[in-house]
Amino acid sequence: MFKMLNPCRFYHAVGRKKFFEFILLAVFILFFYGPLLNMLMLAFADTYEVPAVIPQEWGVKWWQYIFGKDALVSSIIQSFVVAIVTTCVSMVLCIPAAYSIARFKYPGRKLFMLSFLLTNAFPKLGIYTSIAVLFYKYGLMGTYPGVVIIHMIHSMMFMVWLPASAFRAVHRQQEEAARDVGAGPIRTFFKVTLPLAVPGIAVATLYTFLGSMEEAQGTMLVGLAKVKTMPVTMYGIVLDSTAVQIGAVFAIILIIPSAFLIWVMRKYIGPEAIAGGFKMK
Amino acid sequence: MANIKLQIKDMTKKYDNGDGVEHIDLDIYEGEIVTLLGPSGCGKTTILRTIGGFLDVTAGDILVDGQSIVKLPPEKRPTAMVFQSYNLWPHMTIYENLAFGMKLRKIPKDTIDRDIKNILELVHMPGCEKKYPNQLSGGQQQRIAIARSLLLKPSLLLLDEPFSALDAKIRQQMREELKKIQSDLGITVVFVTHDQEEAMALSHRIVVMNKGKFDQVGTPEEIYDKPATLHVAGFIGEMNFVERDGKILAVRPEDITVKLGNEGDLPALVRTIMLLGHYVVMTAEDSKGEIIKCFIDRELAEQLKPGSQVSLCLGKHTVFEKEA
Repeated sequence: MFKMLNPCRFYHAVGRKKFFEFILLAVFILFFYGPLLNMLMLAFADTYEVPAVIPQEWGVKWWQYIFGKDALVSSIIQSFVVAIVTTCVSMVLCIPAAYSIARFKYPGRKLFMLSFLLTNAFPKLGIYTSIAVLFYKYGLMGTYPGVVIIHMIHSMMFMVWLPASAFRAVHRQQEEAARDVGAGPIRTFFKVTLPLAVPGIAVATLYTFLGSMEEAQGTMLVGLAKVKTMPVTMYGIVLDSTAVQIGAVFAIILIIPSAFLIWVMRKYIGPEAIAGGFKMK
Repeated sequence: MANIKLQIKDMTKKYDNGDGVEHIDLDIYEGEIVTLLGPSGCGKTTILRTIGGFLDVTAGDILVDGQSIVKLPPEKRPTAMVFQSYNLWPHMTIYENLAFGMKLRKIPKDTIDRDIKNILELVHMPGCEKKYPNQLSGGQQQRIAIARSLLLKPSLLLLDEPFSALDAKIRQQMREELKKIQSDLGITVVFVTHDQEEAMALSHRIVVMNKGKFDQVGTPEEIYDKPATLHVAGFIGEMNFVERDGKILAVRPEDITVKLGNEGDLPALVRTIMLLGHYVVMTAEDSKGEIIKCFIDRELAEQLKPGSQVSLCLGKHTVFEKEA
């Protein structure tokens, strides 16, 4: 058994190709899961000095520290409120746009789709500063609506492209069959088209929600420390303190809603669902 | 003749790219199956979709039972359509699929239940109410689609190549079933297909179309025995075209008599002999190099082999002017 762990024996036992595949996989796993594991470990380390690998003292001291701060509890609530509002508003605005892109041919359709990419192509900070100028003018700085608008800039592309591809995947005959048996256009949309597009819309909603949960840059800039979501609070605490453990604990708290949502929607999330959304047709 | 069920009057539908159909006139009588037959892109589906309300007409009128329907949206028309595929809604059970249209018509629930039970029996699929469409085969899905259309008791059933996605055996079976259902219910059917065999088997009358125009309208016998144009002659069944004195003779393989030796009308050499069950297909090459196909019986085929000298007698045939 231990003989087999000799790399030389292992190399000859599985062959050259398999051996290198194994090495590549091992490196990848280390690269991918290493930081995550390290973070998990740090979250439960009461004392930790940098050069060491294993913490000197284990415990839940930092969890108690964070939950002892009122700012955190209110920031969790604020985060959820902002994320839910952002998701709902972008659904209302983007799903009709997605449907129009999928079903109607009009001049400038492709340009319209590409324009969503543009907001993601520019350096965010540049956009935020120029938006801030406008927001000052309209009194949106430091308000919830302002933050929601900033979050929507991120989500727009997902919220338009993914549902558009979901709508395209609904066969026209299925809509026509509904018209044929007596349903008007609006009933057809709500009874046939929308239910069939739900998986794609669900994935987009998930991205929007998660994106909004973790957005910090724009929220800090536009929220002016009045709207404090979880990531914003996290920045504050991490920057104030020298203990790396706080960051780790916060990261785990932030992961919980994301992990839960991904688990709920695991059926719909796949490479096809995402790749399908980024086709220009 | 029975009452006119559907009347298309000088109907024109032009697409933006110039394709489409022009000046279509057609009367369809009550209780008839009329097939629109033609190669793809000939406009047969265009006509069907204008009847169903999925395309606006550019000019002309369409009447069902004497009432103009061209201004009505599909949901208000007395027609029911079955598409080539994707008829059913995959997120609904078979029962919900079938009941959808009836619920919109505010039919009481016990009537819906009873009608659905009856119609599933009619299409030989009793007891599948709780299944989802993806649990059914392609043929079964099309049966449910036809059942859904029939449930609404339409004046006119429109079928847009409903069997073309199915494999050959099931297609044949569905054809027979559709014909049986049609004659039991006496419903009027407009059927679109590019499959001439299907058209011959199903229809009371066939409309052969080519490039947006009607080539010939007639019973299957008329179309087969007296093709009006070269296109019809070539499109329906097997046909040989023999050039004689600057004219084209169209003759069916079964109308050619084959004799041994070289004493008939047309001496030729046997090229291939293929056994296709109870009959044999023989091709022969005449002195001008034209290939002629004949159906012969097995007894005669046993005396022939590739290269044998035969002579052909052309029986019943149609003469066409050479196309300019």
